[in-house]
Amino acid sequence: MLEARNVTKRFGGLVAVSNASLEVAAGSIVALIGPNGAGKTTLFAAMTGFHKPDSGSVTFDGADITGLQPHEIARRGLVRTFQIVQPFGALSVRENIAVGAHLREPNRAAALARAGEIAIRLGMGNMLDQPAATLTVAGRKRLEVARALATSPKLILLDEVMAGLNPTEIDEIVPIIRAVRDAGTTVLLIEHVMRAVMRLSERVYVLNQGRMIAEGTPQEVAARPEVVEAYLGHGAAQRIASVSA
Amino acid sequence: MSAWLQRALLGASLLAALAFPLVAESGFWIKFAFTTLLFAYLGQAWNILGGYGGQFSFGHALFFGTGAYAAAIAQTAFGLNPWLGLPLGALAGGAVGWAAGYLSFRYGLRGSYFALVTLAFAEVFRILANAVPFTGAGVGLFVPLQPGWAQLQPGPIGFYYIVLALVFASLWFAWRIENSRFGAQLMAVRENEAAAAALGVDAYALKVRAIALSGAMTGVGGVLYVQFYLYIDPSLAYGPGISVEILLVPIIGGLGTIFGPLIGSIVLHAASELARRIMGDAPGIHLVFYGVLLVVMVRFLPDGLAGLLRRKRKAEVPRNA
Repeated sequence: MLEARNVTKRFGGLVAVSNASLEVAAGSIVALIGPNGAGKTTLFAAMTGFHKPDSGSVTFDGADITGLQPHEIARRGLVRTFQIVQPFGALSVRENIAVGAHLREPNRAAALARAGEIAIRLGMGNMLDQPAATLTVAGRKRLEVARALATSPKLILLDEVMAGLNPTEIDEIVPIIRAVRDAGTTVLLIEHVMRAVMRLSERVYVLNQGRMIAEGTPQEVAARPEVVEAYLGHGAAQRIASVSA
Repeated sequence: MSAWLQRALLGASLLAALAFPLVAESGFWIKFAFTTLLFAYLGQAWNILGGYGGQFSFGHALFFGTGAYAAAIAQTAFGLNPWLGLPLGALAGGAVGWAAGYLSFRYGLRGSYFALVTLAFAEVFRILANAVPFTGAGVGLFVPLQPGWAQLQPGPIGFYYIVLALVFASLWFAWRIENSRFGAQLMAVRENEAAAAALGVDAYALKVRAIALSGAMTGVGGVLYVQFYLYIDPSLAYGPGISVEILLVPIIGGLGTIFGPLIGSIVLHAASELARRIMGDAPGIHLVFYGVLLVVMVRFLPDGLAGLLRRKRKAEVPRNA
C-alpha cells in the first residue's frame, strides 16, 4: 500500500536518510525502529511531503506521491502524527479533532459529532471541552492520534506516540492501535518502546544512521547482531553472546 | 452569562442602536457613532484575517483606500451610481487582497514579515495614488454633492443606519465563520500550520481566501467613507493611520472573537474622544494615544476586552469540568 524506494534526504552535508526502502502491506501494522537520530522522523517527513526527498520515490495506493504537498498527501489518505506534539492550543479537544474530521466532512455539526465519537473511542470523552493546551503529555499524544484518525486515513503514520508515557498509559494505547488496524486503517509506527513494538507489529524495519540495516518479524530483527550493535555499540553483540555462552 | 441573559443583552443593544438617532441631539454624536460603527465593521474585516487566521496585517489601508478610490473614480470619471460603487469597492478590495495574499503567502511570509509586507504594499499604493493623474494625485478626489438616497448620500442618520446594517452583517458573518469548516480550518492554520497541513488543510489557499474576503469587506468600508466625507486623498486612503486604527479595534476588543471588534471600536473611540477633550486638539496627539493604548493592551490584555470576560467566565468553571 505504501512503498518507499531508495529514498535519500540530505540536509547540507548531512545525509539524514540514505537510500532507504520500506514497504507496508494493506491491513498490517509495521514498525520502524532505530536509535535516536537514525533518520526515522525524517523518513516519515519525506514520505508525507514535509520534506522533499533528494532522490528516490514514494508510492501510495498505486500512485506516485513523491514531492506532493503535505495536504495533498493527507487528502489521499496518508496521514502522519508528530513526535513533538502539535496541538491547536487555543482550541478545545473537540475542535482539534473536528479539524481532522473536516477533511471529509464539510458540515460543522457532523464534524463535531464525529470528533466526539473518535474521542470516546480513544478514551478522551471526558476531555472534549478542555482547551488542548491544558492536556497532559499523554493526552496530547492521544489527541495527535485522534486528529489523524478523524481524517479517515487509509494509512496512519504514528511517530512515537508512546514516548513519555508511563507503563500503564502504554498498556492503554496498545489495544487502541490494534483496534485502529482492525477497523481497516493500516499502521506504520516509529517507536522506541520495544515492549509495544514486539506486541504490536507484524513486521519491523530498523534504520541506523540513515540506512535500513534490517527487516523482518520482531523476533527475527531483535536477534540480528547488527541491530543489537546499532543500539548498544560496536562489538556489543559479540560480548552479549560471550556472556550468555 | 446564561444564554438567556446574552440574548436579552443583544436584543437591548439592538434596540438602543436602532433608537440612537432619535435621541442623539447633535450631529456630532451621529458622526461619532458613524465613525465608531464604521471601524467596528472594518475591524471585523481585519479580524477575519488577523483574529481567526492569525495573519496580522499592518496595511489594511490598502483595501480601504482601493475601495474608496474605486467608487470615487467610477463616480467622477464614469458617472457610475454610487450604490454600484459598493460592490465595485468589494470587488476591487477583494482583488487587491487576493493579489497581496498571492504575493506574500506564496513565498511563505508570516508573522512580522507578512505585517511588514502589507505595510509596504499600502505605502506603495499611497505613493502611486500621489503620482498618477486619475486619482487626482495629491489634490485628491471630490465626490459631487448630490444629497438623497438615490446617490448614496442619505445624510448622517441614513449613513448611521447603513453602517449599522453592515456591522450586523459582519457580526453574523463572523458567527458563520466560527461555525463553519472554513473557520475551523482557518483557526487551525493560525494555531499550527504544519499540523493543519498534516490533516489535509491547504493553508496557502485558505489564507488567500481569507485575505481576499477581508479585503473585499474592507473595500466596502472605504466606499462608505468616501460617500460620507465626499473627499479622498492618498494619505486618507492609504495612510498608516487607517491601517493602525483598523487593527487596534480588534486587538483592544479581542482577537478572533465575534464581538471583539465592536467592543474595541466603542472603547477606542470613546477613549480617544475623551483624550481629545482633555488634551486638546494638538495635531497627531491621537496617534500618540493609539500607540500607548496598543502597548498597554498587548502587555496586559493580549486577549483583549472580550478575553477578559472569557477569562472571568472560565475562572468560575472548575477545571476539567
